[in-house]
Amino acid sequence: MPTAKQRFTLAAFAFAALALAATTQTATAQPRTDLVVGMALEPPHLDPTAGAAGAIKEVTYANLFEPLLRVDADGKLVPGLAERWSVSEDGLTYRFTLRPNAKFHDGTGADSADVKFTLDRARAADSVNAQKAYFAPIAQVETPDPQTVVVTLSRPDGLFLFHMASGDAAIVAPESAATNKQKPVGTGPFRFDRWVAGDRVVLVRNPDYDGAKPKLDRVTFRFVSDPAAQVAALKAGDIDAFTLFSTYEALPEFRNDPKFVVTVGSTEGETLLSTNNARKPFDDVRVRRAMAHAIDRKTLIDGVLYGNGVAIGSHFPPHREGYVDLTGLYPYDPARAKALLAEAGYPNGFDTTLRLPPPPYARRGGELVAAMLAEVGIRAKIEPVEWAAWLEKTFKGKDYDLTMIAHTEPLDIDIYARPDYYFNYKSERFNALNDALNRTQDPAKRNALYGEEQKLLAEDAVNGFLFMLPSVTVQKAGLTGLWVNRPVQANDVTGVSWK
Amino acid sequence: MLAFLLRRLVSLIVTVWLASIVVFAVLQLVPGDPALLMLGVNAQPDTLAALRSQMGLDQPILTRYLHWAGGLARGDFGVSLTYARPVADLVAERLAVTLPLSLLSLVISTVLALPLGLLAAARRGRGGDWAVLGFSQLGVSMPSFWIAILLILLFSLTLHWFPAGGFPGWSGGIGPALHALLLPALALAVPEAAILARVTRTAVLDTLAEDHIRTARAKGVGRVAVLLRHALPNALIPVATVLGLQISFLVAGAVVVENVFTLPGLGRLLYQAIGQRDLIVVQGVVVLLALFVVLVNALVDIACALADPRPPAAGKGGES
Repeated sequence: MPTAKQRFTLAAFAFAALALAATTQTATAQPRTDLVVGMALEPPHLDPTAGAAGAIKEVTYANLFEPLLRVDADGKLVPGLAERWSVSEDGLTYRFTLRPNAKFHDGTGADSADVKFTLDRARAADSVNAQKAYFAPIAQVETPDPQTVVVTLSRPDGLFLFHMASGDAAIVAPESAATNKQKPVGTGPFRFDRWVAGDRVVLVRNPDYDGAKPKLDRVTFRFVSDPAAQVAALKAGDIDAFTLFSTYEALPEFRNDPKFVVTVGSTEGETLLSTNNARKPFDDVRVRRAMAHAIDRKTLIDGVLYGNGVAIGSHFPPHREGYVDLTGLYPYDPARAKALLAEAGYPNGFDTTLRLPPPPYARRGGELVAAMLAEVGIRAKIEPVEWAAWLEKTFKGKDYDLTMIAHTEPLDIDIYARPDYYFNYKSERFNALNDALNRTQDPAKRNALYGEEQKLLAEDAVNGFLFMLPSVTVQKAGLTGLWVNRPVQANDVTGVSWK
Repeated sequence: MLAFLLRRLVSLIVTVWLASIVVFAVLQLVPGDPALLMLGVNAQPDTLAALRSQMGLDQPILTRYLHWAGGLARGDFGVSLTYARPVADLVAERLAVTLPLSLLSLVISTVLALPLGLLAAARRGRGGDWAVLGFSQLGVSMPSFWIAILLILLFSLTLHWFPAGGFPGWSGGIGPALHALLLPALALAVPEAAILARVTRTAVLDTLAEDHIRTARAKGVGRVAVLLRHALPNALIPVATVLGLQISFLVAGAVVVENVFTLPGLGRLLYQAIGQRDLIVVQGVVVLLALFVVLVNALVDIACALADPRPPAAGKGGES
């Protein structure tokens, strides 16, 4: 039996505990102003103008750095560092007006000279910009006054504004361009705080930002590559939101837990069974069409993405204007596939190899595709490779039969017009359509041309068109403002807040 | 002794030099272009060429090796191709995680294994012995990444005592950092402790069978005193040898466990650098690891030579 004194002590403790609980209660009643975002891959560095790794833009785009224009959550072009812009009738002259009070994080003003520096740097002979082609049409950049930039193109480019809204066109200052990889200095609403290499990057609110101020004052990006560790970090509450979550098998668990919200949108990643169009027997369109009939996209999406994906019939995302639904062109029909193969001279099928890079969608999807192809007599030997080897042998060397890969760059249907691209696809008609697109500004006409291109690619069955890579986000309930879709590679947290 | 030390030093230098050649040569053979990896699928040939020249990859192979090896000899590990930072800085940053992690698990495994091994030896054939042997069998059979997942399930997801991964850095104080390292250290320590307990048990049993123990017992020394004062010190030599080998395994095991707990250690640096073909970082880390293993082995040899109570055998470097 406790004595009176002990009882008093116990009561005091209980009271103290209650009081403590009450204060923490009131403390949590205030909405949180910090956020921890989980990402699978760590960026190699933080300069979006000098690297293709998606993770660089997923940390920096719109948060740290601003291009002239930005892409918003719906894929629309909105003002970035430029508050307005105009295009001349002939589509050759672009005039950008910058925000008057924009400043870099180091306190220096952001004006037309910085824009000129950025654009000239990206198109210079020694440029290491991963998308140097975006800047190739630029003939000259003029700066009539500190707030105005006039860009003259040597040829019309229907995608020029879209490209100027990419992370690769982020505006940088001459003073900090050389050190942005480690200490990024941009004009965005957040500034760089620190990078614990291998673990996290921390951004803090930029108090001097001249535009709409973000609600969060601290954003941490944590890098967790192991799928089991991703799930554990979410469940333990260490991470508030995991973007581009690809441990799809764990989603039912999160959906059933009221503490979490799962959103499924689309990326710009057309997942393809890329086919070497120059190599026998894939140079025969009947063989390529046979493969299209042999693949059951529904089963593939169920097996690879646990149902969280949308089938495609050509190289264009369904959420964009100008999309034409061609998924019905080659319905799943093994008998038809076999007939086409026989017609092409392969009644007993053939042997080939299917090279698979590391992402789970490719490794898992490749197994399923190989099994489906085997059903119609195409015996594909699976060859798993790491990313570096894939780039070297498949992409650069073009030494492959079949491979599986998601093409994540937005609006990249023009890759089929590139003379030396790894599909080895050559079509005068497609090139003509692509040229027409570059000369066209009118949105309706552009969409019609996009439609023509999609139909042509589907008819030629250039690649196996499989599904859009989903943009899956697992987030804590009460968090709002994260992008559902991913029209550009970004984790734009400027509009994120807690309820 | 001096000749022995000198021999060790020469073999150490030669081993590390050979390691530098092997890792450099292997990385030349493996397909993969760091510039292409950095710039991705839309890179143009001229951009790639610009970056390759910036990275120094346009130089002939021999020039590159001599440049790098020459830097190494001066203690300069070069600059990372992807992170654009000195390799020495990157390694130092990561060692601040891997070294404490390895040391902590070494301490845990030793603290677990020695008493268990002694207990098993003292209780040979009885319940205690069987229990220790059972633990040892189980510990050896479970890889540390699996133990790591079990520990996360219990201590992070169910009990919420420890974070499920990540590392707050030492700047936040020793407490939180150690807190983050404890579970991974335990996951690493259990398999090592299992092996060590078994080695201790065998070594102690071997010593217990020797004549001087029988003499001590005959002179009336108690069981516990014999075990601690006579059997254990002699048994420590094989135990120390195994411990030395285990240090290398701990660093290797840390690669996997660091990934499960997403700790920014040397292992993850190496893992990421290989994926990104950051040749300079991979080469630097591998040479450092080789140096580390060779050094530890040399230290263990020296320690064993010093700890061995028997006089050095004639003609085996006794007079030097």
